[in-house]
Amino acid sequence: MNLSRREQVTGRVFLIVLILVTLLPFVSMLSAALQPRGTVPTGLSWPSDPQWGNFADAFTAANMGALLRSSLLIVLGVVPVSVLIATMAGFGLGQLRVPGARLVFGLFLLGLTLPFEAVVTPLYYQMQDLGLLNTRWAIILPLIGLYMPFAVFWMRAHFTNVPVELSEAARVDGSSTWQLFWRVQVPLARPAIASLTILMFLWTWNQFLLAIVLVDDATKRTMAGALGAFQGQWGTDLVLLCAGSLLILTPTLIVFLIFQRQFIKALIQGSVKG
Amino acid sequence: MTSALGSAPTGRDERPARPTPTRAHRFRWARAAGTGWLYVLPALVMYAVFVLRPLALTIQYSLYDWNGIGVARWAGLDNYLTVFTDSDLLKIIGNAVILIVFFSFIPVALGLLVASLVRRITTGAFGTVVRTILFLPQVIPLVAAGIAWSWLLSSNGLINQVLRAVGLGGVARAWLGDFDTALPAVGVIGAWVLLGLCTILLVTGMSKIDPALYEAARLDGAGPVREFLAVTLPSLRQEIGVCLTVTIIAALASFDIVYISTSGGPGLQTTVPGLEIYRLAFSQRQVGLASALAVVLMLLVLACVLPIQRLTRGEKP
Repeated sequence: MNLSRREQVTGRVFLIVLILVTLLPFVSMLSAALQPRGTVPTGLSWPSDPQWGNFADAFTAANMGALLRSSLLIVLGVVPVSVLIATMAGFGLGQLRVPGARLVFGLFLLGLTLPFEAVVTPLYYQMQDLGLLNTRWAIILPLIGLYMPFAVFWMRAHFTNVPVELSEAARVDGSSTWQLFWRVQVPLARPAIASLTILMFLWTWNQFLLAIVLVDDATKRTMAGALGAFQGQWGTDLVLLCAGSLLILTPTLIVFLIFQRQFIKALIQGSVKG
Repeated sequence: MTSALGSAPTGRDERPARPTPTRAHRFRWARAAGTGWLYVLPALVMYAVFVLRPLALTIQYSLYDWNGIGVARWAGLDNYLTVFTDSDLLKIIGNAVILIVFFSFIPVALGLLVASLVRRITTGAFGTVVRTILFLPQVIPLVAAGIAWSWLLSSNGLINQVLRAVGLGGVARAWLGDFDTALPAVGVIGAWVLLGLCTILLVTGMSKIDPALYEAARLDGAGPVREFLAVTLPSLRQEIGVCLTVTIIAALASFDIVYISTSGGPGLQTTVPGLEIYRLAFSQRQVGLASALAVVLMLLVLACVLPIQRLTRGEKP
């Protein structure tokens, strides 16, 4: 079907407006970040003499090196483990169909709409009892648990759609369950695993609530949690705050731009499935 | 989490009928089942320890009067009574409900409008650029969105600059600090974050609609509006359900944006349950009340999301 010329034009104009609205906050932040330190920036005004050095100052003030390292450690602690155990559980529930699978799956479903706020208080005391408050473990361990409802749901949906005959054939060939899982099923599940990995990375990197509640030291938090502390510290210095915020969101932006196709696919699938 | 109850393919949930079990068979099967359980166990343990146990504790705390350190005193349903009678707490719950309009209805309605206009032009290089940019707010931390918008909406920010430029300087104000505008201003931030996701989801849904339906509608003499109501909207039931689910949860469980942009102020104008739970539990040391509010929030999410799931799931032509 052909669209009329008028529809084409209206559509394009709408999209361009939408893009501008989406980008404005970033551009406005950039223009503020480039003003001389100590001035009060207004709205959107490109400085005559852009102070790119503000970014260097913010890099030092935000302790970016330490923040990056901390976020990476947390992501490395959360994502591989979450993806692995969720894949195993999805395989067990969706492919092996262990007895009681429905019940267990229902239990996981229970957590699917759970707001993190609902469990953060007991988690605090739990971490205190375990002596893990203020360590990265206090973010890593609960996040793995909190991701399980979605991650298991996601992987199970994949494994229920893999024909059981495949597993049976592998068994006839004499492979153990572990070989079946590792050699046959995991390679087949790669696209589902990749999407899940992307989502887990993003949600971990951007996790705020757990970071500010369970870890006081900003350099042991996630990037988003550290940004909260940065705002507390430099909230009055708008130039530095804008520069620092832009720096802190740059890593995700870079990762997103590199993998944007996969990101969008994962996010769309993630919300449709989830 | 962007997740919600969904329309997952249920697949074959019934175990295929097993042949009459011989003893050897039964033994092998039992062993396989045992091994199968080992695969489920790690996920289940992490979930039980870091979600189910805390969840049970939240419910337990909600029945006590406890400051987090000293001895807890049994309070029965007193905390719940407070949640439902205290005017401040009711206002806070009301704020979250108002935010649904901004976080959910606006992105979905606007997303429908935009998506139906751009239905077919998101292909090619322009399409890639559009998709990438519209997704940016989904990718950056909500905290960063909060900071960026606090600056846009501040007294020296771009919004006021534009208003003054077009001679509406009288309207200019610190939007997030004004009693009348603070909550809608927070809502605008949420709408900005969620609009892109809704738009792209709806465009994707529309691209799956059979063009023959549109042809038929046109032949019947339907204009763009009729066409939208008769063809587009019904075909998008499921996608709209997903958008509503995701955005309503984002509205009710909002925390990051509010914490950064207003910390709940001015007064209680923008305080939402998530923020109040945090404040009650960690600054006021009223763990019992915080937990009761958490339970109420959880139930509120379910009460909003489950009917949508029922209404929009399945029955897709």
